[in-house]
This record gives sequence, structure tokens and C-alpha cells, in this order.
Amino acid sequence: MIHERAIKDHNREIRLFFFRLSFAALFVLMLVVLLLWRYYSLQVLHHQDFVTQSENNRIHVLPIPPTRGLIYDRNGVLLADNRVGFSLSLVVERSNNLDELLDKLDQLLDLEANELERFASLLKRRKPYEPVPLRYNLTEQEQGLLAVNEYRLPGVEITAEMIRHYPVGEYLGHVLGYVGRINDQEIRELDPVRYSGTHVTGKSGIEKFYESELMGTVGYEYVETNARGRVMRLLERIDPKPGMDLQLSLDIRLQEIAYNALGEERGAVVVLDTRTGGVLALVSKPGFDPNPFVTGISFADYRALQDSPDQPLFDRAMQGQYPPGSTVKPVFAFGALESGAVSEDTRISDPGFYSLENSIHRYRDWKKGGHGARVDLHDAIVQSCDTFFYTAGVKMGIDQLNHYGIRFGFGKRTGIDLPSERTGIMPSRDWKRGARGVAWYPGDTVNTSIGQGFMLATPLQLAVAASRLATRGEIRSPRLVSHIEGMEDPPTPPAGHIPGTDQHWDYVLNAMKDVVHGARGTAKGIAKGLTYTIAGKTGTAQVVGIRQDEKYDAEQLAKRQRDHALFIAFAPADNPRIAMSIIVENGEHGSSTAAPIARVMADSYLQLYSQEIADAAN
Amino acid sequence: MLQTEYVRRLHTGASGIYSDRSGWQKIHVDIPLVLLLMALAAVGLVVLWSASGQSAYYVKRQGIFLGLGFLVMLTAAQFSPRILQRWAFIPYFTGILLLVAVLFHGADAKGAQRWLDLGFFRFQPSEILRVASPLMLASYLGRRHLPPSVKHMLIALLLIALPAVLVGLEPDLGTALLIFAAGFFVLFLGGLDWRYLCGAVLGAMVAAPVFWFFLLREYQKQRIMTLLDPQADKLGAGWNIIQSTTAIGSGGLDGKGWIQGTQSQLDFLPESHTDFIIAVLAEEFGLVGVVVLLSLYLLIISRGVLISLRAQSMFGRLLAGSITLTFFVYIFVNMGMVSGILPVVGVPLPMVSYGGTSIVTLMLGFGMLMSISTEKKRPG
Repeated sequence: MIHERAIKDHNREIRLFFFRLSFAALFVLMLVVLLLWRYYSLQVLHHQDFVTQSENNRIHVLPIPPTRGLIYDRNGVLLADNRVGFSLSLVVERSNNLDELLDKLDQLLDLEANELERFASLLKRRKPYEPVPLRYNLTEQEQGLLAVNEYRLPGVEITAEMIRHYPVGEYLGHVLGYVGRINDQEIRELDPVRYSGTHVTGKSGIEKFYESELMGTVGYEYVETNARGRVMRLLERIDPKPGMDLQLSLDIRLQEIAYNALGEERGAVVVLDTRTGGVLALVSKPGFDPNPFVTGISFADYRALQDSPDQPLFDRAMQGQYPPGSTVKPVFAFGALESGAVSEDTRISDPGFYSLENSIHRYRDWKKGGHGARVDLHDAIVQSCDTFFYTAGVKMGIDQLNHYGIRFGFGKRTGIDLPSERTGIMPSRDWKRGARGVAWYPGDTVNTSIGQGFMLATPLQLAVAASRLATRGEIRSPRLVSHIEGMEDPPTPPAGHIPGTDQHWDYVLNAMKDVVHGARGTAKGIAKGLTYTIAGKTGTAQVVGIRQDEKYDAEQLAKRQRDHALFIAFAPADNPRIAMSIIVENGEHGSSTAAPIARVMADSYLQLYSQEIADAAN
Repeated sequence: MLQTEYVRRLHTGASGIYSDRSGWQKIHVDIPLVLLLMALAAVGLVVLWSASGQSAYYVKRQGIFLGLGFLVMLTAAQFSPRILQRWAFIPYFTGILLLVAVLFHGADAKGAQRWLDLGFFRFQPSEILRVASPLMLASYLGRRHLPPSVKHMLIALLLIALPAVLVGLEPDLGTALLIFAAGFFVLFLGGLDWRYLCGAVLGAMVAAPVFWFFLLREYQKQRIMTLLDPQADKLGAGWNIIQSTTAIGSGGLDGKGWIQGTQSQLDFLPESHTDFIIAVLAEEFGLVGVVVLLSLYLLIISRGVLISLRAQSMFGRLLAGSITLTFFVYIFVNMGMVSGILPVVGVPLPMVSYGGTSIVTLMLGFGMLMSISTEKKRPG
């Protein structure tokens, strides 16, 4: 070692070291420049990008759902409001392991398959840190269970939210409809921004038709959150604008009276305010309670409703299409007079049937043996003489029948402010060719002339026709909503008039009055004790076809196959305020089952609004 | 004894033989280095206060670590280079033995055996080698002719590779590379032939695919993939890099202000008080803060280079050079990793990141640096 040291060339070694160290130092400097460049690039060149990114990190926009508008009846009775309910939601970012968490929740709460399914679909379209609802409307027991176990359920949140409530339940299920969870199809159609904080949308009825008014405007909270999504502070808040309140022309008292008047029967009652077109009552019985639909009706309950032979989910008033039968006679009577096919002096002989020329086929009158040898139009309406209308109808021809039918609102939507209204059928040559692919036969005209055959109408259309008769041709679309908060009320003058001479109107309306008040009127049974006048027309809609000369035996037919009883009316007859239509399914005769309900409705209306009527008279 | 010697010298100093030696030098304190390290430690504590979420606990503990570190430094400085060179093999081979022990009896942490549990405390033997490996190399090559002969070079390479491979087997690739680097710097400064150097670089390039497919573990591959495309796994491996570059970038030129960094204060930044602390500094003090810190580091490195140049022996030169360069490597790897130009390896930012082990190891190195710096001039 000493030897080695002795021969070491110190200077050479030091020079070598200096050189190597200088080289290393240069390398160090290059790397320092590289680092500086990198930090310069991040902090100066791309500064703005990173500022944006850091703001996005930190600031979250939380939507605040608006409160849905309330719905009142015409007298301010609350029909739809919002109540606080508690939901179980999960924030995925805060749960350590989602599957594990769902397992634990399943053990606690027994999650249902459809809840998990819905949760999975909501999960796909969530925003970061957004609570995804798993179960709505927690019971107190469930809330307690969750509170006790909160510590081992990271990511679980109990959120309060407004849940729609319908205090009158089944009385208005069809009219109000209901709100429900936004489904996959709706999510594509709804504005994602507007609905960012809202989980429900109107599914049917008023709730659907007036969705945009009821919905309101979403508000926002700009909050600063930390990396775990915890809100650290509120930066800015834009309050949501609640939806507009709606006032209906509907009177919930009349609605309940009509609903109860139907008793155990299935059927529909429509009551319109003749002066405004406002809907006073719109009943389809049986109804359904919309409340379970709001938070998601259970599959079993839904099946029960769906499978019930009484079809409670079916809105008979707007979607039920029935042959209008004899209730259409005043309309065709007016048409016959106006078109000149029949005059006030026209009389026919009724042997109890009608046959087309060169045909032996007998179109039977409902009254075996007929209505006598000298039946005029007045008698034909009052006694509902089919033979007269067969004769008049054939004389008018289908084109004229169709023309007047359309004028009174048959065969097209009434334009009521509800979704899913059906059109019924006002048959014509074109219609038959299009729908059936065959030509119009004279026999079709015969059937149409008494509202049978192809002709179909909804109870709502019948009420509209009754209203047009009552107002001597004022054309109005029926309306449920009379006032929208913060908006001008829609105008009430009629949209048009059915042209007609006063003499013809007088003639037809007078005959309708005699249906109730005349000695031979088909609805004279309801005239007893009347202190005012009612004009009406009975009708019977065949459910099953009856063969030629076969005796119709109601006793033999099963209840479900019996005829539907129909009645249209307006009251008071001289100064009409309400027009209505009533259908009692399998009620057999309009006179016996449907007409009494009209009496109840007219009595109730005139009693409830006696003060208003008296004030108007002065 | 030191104290008495110091007092005695003070009386005779003016006319003594060692008149060029100040009092500080006698107790082996390099004033510029100590002052720079203290400044660095102060900066570190300021940043740590913010990075830890204003935690007095962390700052207090870090203060204790730093105090301990300075004590270790002063103690290490008292061992003269001669003694260090003579006894270098003891820490080296002790470290090797402990590494072997770790491979068989180490405590498992995240699938890697790194810790040796001694009952009362756990430590990583690889930390010893960070200092012991360059010490051993400098000791060996300091006695040889330079540039080294092929035989000496091969022995040196063996001495470098042995601890690196053992640490790599744990597996702790980051530390293994740093230990390798520390030893390698000695060999390089000692005059490793350029031809071998170039050959080794070429060899490494050829070996890289072999490493990738046969030796790297899945998480190591993932780290490298993450570096290439952090957006590929935003919430997983890429999260750290995305958040740290966001923190750095959003800091801008002059930063968001102390304790005002949203990335760090709202916990978006992972490991903000340890490995990623530079991102906190960059976010809150901006590029200005980064430049100030880097300047402090460069001054320390300059001092290290100066000490190395002035060293009295080749052992001193080699060791001082290696310690200084290794110090820089830590800085570069950490700042490069946090800013997204290097893969994520667990390297703390020297003297600033929270953690006692790193500080003590570093200060041990600086202690030896001071020992070299204050060595008595040798005659001739």
C-alpha cells in the first residue's frame, strides 16, 4: 500500500477528477435547466389550463330542484301538494366499495330487485359526487336502522326531498294523473339542465299536460368541495323558481258527488260549464289512487290494477269510445232541419221497423210495434223513435250526417287540456274506405243515424255536444285549468258558432226539454220534484249485436254484456249553466240508470252555486 | 475533549501551525453548508405547515427530526476522512448482511419486504447503504491508481451492484437505482473509462425490454405507463400525477399564497406533506418559490462541489463528489416525478418532505462532507 501510494501520479489523478467533476456539474446544470423548463411550462405556459382544471376540481355545481306548482280546484281546495319524504341515496365517490355497501344495505333493508335495477340505471347517468337515490320514502324504522349503522356505511346519505301528494286520492286519479320517476325514455326527451335536480316528471293527466308550467326553474349552488366531495363552503346560490300553481275549473265537491252517484257501477260523468267550457267534473269510475305511483308502485299492486276486470286505470271519460246511440239524435235532428231533409211538419208512420227500398232487411225500432202512425221530429226526440231517424238519416245521407256530427264535435279531439284524449269515430265514406277498405253501404247510413254502427264517441265528446246544443252552437274546447299563476287567464268567448236558425235550435232544445218534462219523455222519471228545467236525451249503446227479430232479454244476458246506459243533458234548460254526459256501463237504459245521475248533478250544482246564480240574475 | 482542544487552540491559535484554521473548522463545522441547510430546513418547515393542513404535530415532529439530523451531521463530521476510509467496510458489510436478513425475515408492506422489525423500531437497511455504498467505493478506489485498472473496475462494479441487487430484490427498484447511482458516481469521478460507460448505456438500452417483460412487476410497469399517459387511469394511478401537475400549473408565476392552495388544502393532492410536497410549494408560492428552492439546492450543491475540489485526499474528493451528486439526484427525481417527467418512485424531496429517515440519512452524508471540508491540510 505504501509502495502503491508512492508511485501514484497525484497531479494527473487530480486533473482527471476535476475534469470528471466538471463534466458531472455540467450535466447537473442541464438537468436543472430541464426542471426549470418543465416548471416554467406548467406554471407559465399552461397556467390557465391548470387554473381551469383546479377550479373544476374544487367547485361543484349542485342543482336545487324547484318546488312543483300546486293544483287547486275552482274554490281553492288543494288537490296536489308536496310533502317532505326521506330517501336513501348513495354517493359513489364516498363509498369505498360500492358492491360491499349494497350488500350491507341489502342485509339491513332487503333491497328489491327493481330498486337495484333502477339504481343501476341512475348510476350510469350520474354526475360526480351526485347522490344517487336507492330507496324513496323511507319509513321511520328504516331511517332508524340507517342512522344506527351510519358509521359502517360510508357513502350513504339520507336526503329529504319533496314528494307529490294527492289529498283526494282516487276521485281525481284520472284527471290529475301523477308524477313519477323519470324513466330511460323520458331522460332522452327532457332538458337535462332543467331536470338536473329533479327526479320526477308528470306521467299523465294534468301533471303531464302542464308539466312545463308546474315544473319550475332549477336553482344552483356553487360549492367548494374537497377531494372527498365534502362541501367546504358555499360560494354562490341561485334560488330555484317554484313551478306555477294551477287552478282548475273543476269543483271537487261535484267531482265527488258524481263519483259517488255512480255507486258500484262502472261509468263516466262529465260536467261542463256551458258559459266557459270549463270542466266541472270529469269522472271515470272506478278510479285509482295516484299516490303509490309517485314513489314507484310495487309490481304486485300494479298488476292488481292492470288485471282488474273493472279496468280502474282506463280513463273512460276521455278514452272510452262508446256508440253514442240515441244521445246523438238531437244533433242529427238539428242537422235534418238545417239541411232541409226534414221539416217541423214532417210526419212518418212507424210500424216498429224500417226497411230500405228494395230490401227486406228490417232495422228495428227499440219499441216493438212502433211509436204510431203520425210521428213527427219532436215525438221522435222525446220518445227516441228510431224509425223516424232511420228515415231522416237516409234522406240526409251520410255526408250530411257526418257534416253535422263533426260540427258538434264527434270524430275529433275536443281539445281538452289533457293528454291521451281519443277521437271516437264519426263515420264517412272516406273513413270507411280508409279504415275498412270497403265502400259505404246505405245500411251503414241507417245505423249511423241512431248513433250505432261504426259511430263511436267518448263521454267527453258527448258532453261537448250537449254543451253546443245548450249554447245554441257555441264552439268551445273543454278546459280543466282556468288559471295559471302569474299568467293571463285564457279567453272564455267561444271559438266559433255552429250556424243555425233560431227556430231550429228552439225546436230541438224544446224537444230535449220534453224528454224530461214531457208526458211521454224517455227521461220523465227524473222530473219529479224539479224546481227548474232540465233538457236531455237518453241513449242506449249495444254491447253485443242482436240478430234480426231476436228478442233482447236483459235477464238472460250476463251483466257484462248488457247495454250501456247513456244520457246527455243541460240545465237549467232555459238558461243553461251546465252541460253533461253520463254513461253507465251495462246500465241498460239511459232513462233508468244514467238520467238520475244527471238530476243529482244538476241539483247539486244549482244548490252549490245558488248564490252565484242569484247574483248573476240581478 | 473536543471542547478542551478548542479552548487550548484558541490561546495558541494566532501563532500556531494551523493558523488558517478557524475555530469552526476545528470542530469540523462548515459554516456556509450549515447556514444553507438551516435555510433549507426553514423553508421546508414553512411549506410543511401548509402541506400538512396546519398540523402542529407534523411540524413539531419534523423539527425534532431536523434537530436530530443536525446532531447526526455534527457527530459524523468528527470522524476524520482517514478513519472513514479505514472503517468504511463495516457499515457496508453490516448493511449487506441486514439486507439479506430482510429478504428472509422482513416485514411485509404492500407486497415488498423492506423493513426490518427490531421490536422497538422498524427500519430499512437500504437506508444504510445509501451512505455506506459510496463510502465503501470511495474508500476502495481512493487507494487505487486512477483511472482504475480493469480488475479494480470489476471489483468496484461488484461492490456497487451487490447492495443494489439486494435492494432490487425486495423489490424496491427506486432505492436500488439510487444506491447504484451513489456508488456509480464514485466510479465515474474516479475515471471510469468512457468506452465502458458508453457500452453500459448501450447495454442498458438493450436490456430495457428484458427488464420490462421479465423483471418489472405489474405495479412498476403501471407507474411507467401512467407517466406516459396519466389520463388513461384518471382515478387510479394517474390521479396523483394529474393532481400534482394541476397544483403546480395552477400556482402560476407567484402562486396562490401560503395556505391558499386549493389543490393541497382541499386534499386533491396526494402525499402532499411527503413525496409530493414540492407541488404544495409550487401551488402556493408559484414559479418564484420553485426557483428560490432550487437556488438553495444549487448553492448547497455548489458548496459540495467546492468541498470536493478542495478535499485533501482522493477518498475525500470521490466521497464528497458522490454525496453531492446523489443529493442532486434526489432533487431531480423528486421534482421530475411530481411534475410528471419521471415515473412515480418513492423519493422524498431532500430536507423538505416530512420524514425522519430521509433527513437523518442526508445529514449523515452532509456530516461526512463537513469532515472532508474541515480536514487538516496534509503536508505536501
